[in-house]
Amino acid sequence: MLASIGQFLLILSLVTAVVLMLVPMIGYFKNNDAMMRTGRPLSYLLFVLTLATFLILVSLFVIQDFSVTYVWQHSSLALPLRYRITATWGAHEGSVLMWVTVQALWIAAVARYSRSLSLNQISRVLSVLGIIATGFLAFVLFASNPFEITNPAPLDGRDLNPLLQDFGMIIHPPLLYFGYVGLSVAFSLAVAALIGGQIDEKWIRWSRRWTNLAWAFLTVGIILGSWWAYYELGWGGWWFWDPVENASFLPWLAATALIHVQAVSERKNAFRGWTVLLAIIAFSLCVLGTFLVRSGSITSVHSFAADPFRGIFILVLLAIYAGGALTLYALRVNQLRSRDTINLESKETMLLANSLIFITSTFTILLGTVFPMIFDALGKKISVGEPYFGLMFFLLMIPMAVLMPLGAQLKWHKDQMSIAIKALIPHFFIAAVMTIAAYFIFDTLNLRATAGVFGGFWIASTSIGQIINFPGKPNAGFVGMSVAHLGVAVFLFGMSMAEHKDVEKDILLKPGQTTSVSGYDFTFNGVESVAIENYQAQQGSIQVSRQGQEIVELNPQKRFYPKQQQPMTEADIYPGFTKDIYVSLGEQINSQGDWAVRIYIKPFIRWMWFGGLMMMAGAVIALFSKRSKRQELEQVDQVMQQRLGLS
Amino acid sequence: MKKAFIALIPLTVFLILIVLLFVNLSTHNEVLPSPLIGKKIPAFEHPTLYSNKTLNQDDFKGEPWLLNVFGSWCPSCQYEHPLVTALANSGRIKVIGLNWKDEAEDADRWLKRWGDPYHEILVDFEGDTAINLGVYGAPETFLIDADGTIVYKISGVLTQKNIQQELLPLIDQLSDREVSL
Repeated sequence: MLASIGQFLLILSLVTAVVLMLVPMIGYFKNNDAMMRTGRPLSYLLFVLTLATFLILVSLFVIQDFSVTYVWQHSSLALPLRYRITATWGAHEGSVLMWVTVQALWIAAVARYSRSLSLNQISRVLSVLGIIATGFLAFVLFASNPFEITNPAPLDGRDLNPLLQDFGMIIHPPLLYFGYVGLSVAFSLAVAALIGGQIDEKWIRWSRRWTNLAWAFLTVGIILGSWWAYYELGWGGWWFWDPVENASFLPWLAATALIHVQAVSERKNAFRGWTVLLAIIAFSLCVLGTFLVRSGSITSVHSFAADPFRGIFILVLLAIYAGGALTLYALRVNQLRSRDTINLESKETMLLANSLIFITSTFTILLGTVFPMIFDALGKKISVGEPYFGLMFFLLMIPMAVLMPLGAQLKWHKDQMSIAIKALIPHFFIAAVMTIAAYFIFDTLNLRATAGVFGGFWIASTSIGQIINFPGKPNAGFVGMSVAHLGVAVFLFGMSMAEHKDVEKDILLKPGQTTSVSGYDFTFNGVESVAIENYQAQQGSIQVSRQGQEIVELNPQKRFYPKQQQPMTEADIYPGFTKDIYVSLGEQINSQGDWAVRIYIKPFIRWMWFGGLMMMAGAVIALFSKRSKRQELEQVDQVMQQRLGLS
Repeated sequence: MKKAFIALIPLTVFLILIVLLFVNLSTHNEVLPSPLIGKKIPAFEHPTLYSNKTLNQDDFKGEPWLLNVFGSWCPSCQYEHPLVTALANSGRIKVIGLNWKDEAEDADRWLKRWGDPYHEILVDFEGDTAINLGVYGAPETFLIDADGTIVYKISGVLTQKNIQQELLPLIDQLSDREVSL
């Protein structure tokens, strides 16, 4: 019953999206105000309908309605309530529905907070967003319907994949979707501008804040994914260059290029075409990522059930969205002429360089991700892994780290490179001295770690210097930038240390035996069986101490979920400011209670995620820029005056 | 003119990518060839669920047989069960069940409810044989010839399609070979 209502609401949502896609756009071409004005109410309606649909799916999980195929496949009687709720987006169908719901939320937000755009602008933007919503709603309805019924209903469900029964899973996907979908706003604006054949500062200023917000969500979504992989997958890694991780990283890189170019194009009549192109690329990569993940084209730890029909469907969507946008781009971009000249020695040039570095990185990683597919098409199997990605990314980030402080130092419009470089030289020496100090404190670092640590100190030192020397009262834009750039420094330092100075020990321990790793003593007190909620676990007890001083007892688990017949390794971690102590259980070796135990010391690993959070915070702070708020208010006034003047 | 060409570059790159993705989608397959195909079935010895015997690989020599890995905890097994039943009832091949990591009670209840088409049911409570066979997850089905050599393997559920197109032709071949011997 409830499922049928959900089905019905889903169809209504699709119809609403189709109307939103058509009516305001037709209104724009016919210059019909009444039709254009339907954009906003339709957007609100679309959001209400998709949200209701989504909530019905959640309720089906809560009330355990196993007549719904999607519910019994991903839930069970034994599954605790909190995971029943999150199971809603734990697999393909529900996660696409969530994507659409988040999309509708963004559309409604765009409709609500767009007073600074004129009617014919906003109607185009909403219509383009309507095209995207239509595509994905059709995808849900025709290729991944979560409301399909199984008859007769099974008595119990198949249970949720144990990996997903975790706090990280509750929040990681929604945040990531907020980021992905958020980029559709910048995309829609770019397409709407191409349709109209012109783009001005107001448009870019307006879209910049949405891009910032989407970028912030994307950043925190990726960080959470990394953190989750670290503690849940039990082998201590935090980034695997897995195709699905790349799928989230590619739009992030492109969006990073975009937000930096927008900083120029909102101020000047420059880089217009480039801004538009980057906005198209960023969102297209989100859709491409969805394709890679959902079509089963690539093998990955994140794989969803492979279904060629879904693959074709998303490929068609990608062809329509990106193909359509790029065709428009090819036809119209030369109308978006950038009139202002850019001086070579200026912040603008540096921001352009930044975008080129990031877009090169994007395509380097894209190439590595699709390369196995090229070989697959030729009938060969290869895999491109960490060695390629790690090295390429390291090389590409060198110019990024070198130029970032210079870009922040140079003034807008026109400056002298020599003066900026002179101002930075002391920081170069500070960073060099600190790196040498770090080299000895941490007992030698390898080449990459040294470069990374130096980059971190270099960016941190210059950023702090620029904050101290900032003339007058710092505005939110500057503070946001500095916080984000300091985040990059913190990230670089944490990553270099965690990657290159970690200690790893696999050891066989008898109950009562003590082993020593990096000055810490680990005493193994055996393993006992415990039964918790819907799983049984072999829980180890390991006392960590240092020079006889007890620090903490760690309880890593080897879990077994009877429903899924799947063992799970649950590491236990003692987090710390300068290092994490990470213990996980391997296998039981014999009947005397001897176990293979894995012990890691991960120095500064938290700094990496904290640095990411600082980047996110920087993007959020920049939203509160007084300058952009003042300019937006001016824009609102202009729009109002135009409207009054016309009527 | 030059400008118009530059504007076309992104679209061109994208079209190449789309073609690549499309080609990949139509040629890509997830079939993981089992290294066991063409080899003898690994040695096993299991009690049976109902007949109170202990059977090993040699007990099945003499005619081709199908080994169907199932468990009462596995919904997909329930899904394919009517097809397994039809195949067993057709008399074209002997179907042996491998009850994998299952409680005898649950398996019994499940078979009472959905029917027991199996010639014999081997109980692999520890999952040893499943590991030796490289089972990824239930259900999986192995076709084994009269000498005990694994001829074919289907990972995942049996469907009308893979029975008709993959299994039956091989079964016919095996039976023919037997006749001609």
